[in-house]
Amino acid sequence: MKRVNDFRARSHPSWWAFLVHRISGLLLGLFLPLHFWALGLSLKGEAELDGFLRYTDAPLFKFGEWGLVVLLSLHMMGGVRLLLIEFGPWSGQRKNWIAGAVGFGVAAGLAFALALFA
Amino acid sequence: MSATLKVKVWRGKTSGGFVDYEVPRLESQTVLDVVTHIQRHLDPSLSYRFACRVGMCGSCAMTVNGVARWTCRTHVSKVAEGDALEIAPLSNLPVIKDLATDMREFFDKWAKGHGQFKGTRTRHEGFAQVRPDSRERAAANAGIECIGCGVCYASCDVVTWRPDFLGPAALNRAWTLVNDVRDTAQRERLQAVAGDVGCHACHTQGSCSERCPKQIEPTAGIAGLKRLAARAAVRGELE
Amino acid sequence: MIAVTLSASTQAKLWYWQRISAMVLALCVLVHLGVMIYAVRGGLSAAEILGRTRGSLVFGAFYTVFVLACTVHVPIGFARVCEEWLGLKAGGAWLLAKLLGLAILVMGLRAVYGVVA
Repeated sequence: MKRVNDFRARSHPSWWAFLVHRISGLLLGLFLPLHFWALGLSLKGEAELDGFLRYTDAPLFKFGEWGLVVLLSLHMMGGVRLLLIEFGPWSGQRKNWIAGAVGFGVAAGLAFALALFA
Repeated sequence: MSATLKVKVWRGKTSGGFVDYEVPRLESQTVLDVVTHIQRHLDPSLSYRFACRVGMCGSCAMTVNGVARWTCRTHVSKVAEGDALEIAPLSNLPVIKDLATDMREFFDKWAKGHGQFKGTRTRHEGFAQVRPDSRERAAANAGIECIGCGVCYASCDVVTWRPDFLGPAALNRAWTLVNDVRDTAQRERLQAVAGDVGCHACHTQGSCSERCPKQIEPTAGIAGLKRLAARAAVRGELE
Repeated sequence: MIAVTLSASTQAKLWYWQRISAMVLALCVLVHLGVMIYAVRGGLSAAEILGRTRGSLVFGAFYTVFVLACTVHVPIGFARVCEEWLGLKAGGAWLLAKLLGLAILVMGLRAVYGVVA
């Protein structure tokens, strides 16, 4: 039998960066078909699209939109970090980029939230 | 500091569990000291590995409070949670008994990754001239201090998720040889370390580089192997 | 069920296609985030959205590139998750991934057409 690791072995920034990157990627990837379906309503005309957009006024929806913006920002910056690790000159785990990704996610989330309530 | 440590030690073979021991707490005590005390004074049936006990051989690697470490180089004061300690065998390897694991798959994968040097020069030719400051030699030097302790292998989740994955140590060793300009088995080596059995399964979780007791960063070598494999695939040099 | 294992060469190519699409997406996402933050002000309405996108070659080209990059990028990552976390064999994982990729491509291009045409 083999023993496996638990959360204690995974308690370091690079691992959390991996988890955030994977989870955000999964959620975004599964969200995309929905997103395209909604936009595809435009094919039936402006009224059809508007009918759906009415739902986007609901607070829960707005929270979902905000969540997606944050996930997208985190996934992108985490991805740029990976591109640097894989293609750039070696500079360790680039933990500054992990911090930067979180910062960018917060900033994008804030900008979006402000725009939502503008 | 309390007078005793409450130590949980994993005992068993094909199945097992944690057994509690109380060990006197001492100044500058290492986790290996604790394991040794248990075996010598409390339970002689405890099986564990060690050799040099001074941080050179890597034999004493175990899971301490959930993290793979060299027990001879781990001070109890640094890792104890209050006065509690949990000691288990390394993860991702079959357990022989108690704290001793079967390292065969670890070394077999080293061989599968073509972790041996292959050259064609004979004693009748002059020495190969390799500049120590060349880019390749610097890359190789960054990884050659590996002593095969298994800490990185035990720390890697991809090893857990993909049983065929060669693992960070084997890939790091392959990287040092890929950067050895004297080696003539490069094509076979790259073939062996590409794909999901090799570098392409790595998700840059970084546990290997985080835990390596010799501060080797397999993540760097694996990234390098990815680049080389891509180039070889584009040139039709990879099957 | 015969196990389908991808060759090292295929996996190497999948790796670089995912990285290339990632670089394209990094740019697309940056622009898209900017557009979204701008567009969401004052609430969303079809008239506003379509007013910007209808007849716009720039939007059409941009979002087509975006959809194509997603079609390449998403399935590759998705297949790995299926293998590692759902325990699917390579054959099953890649089938699911290709289905997701197809959905993204078809529905994505349809959506681009819908808002631009």
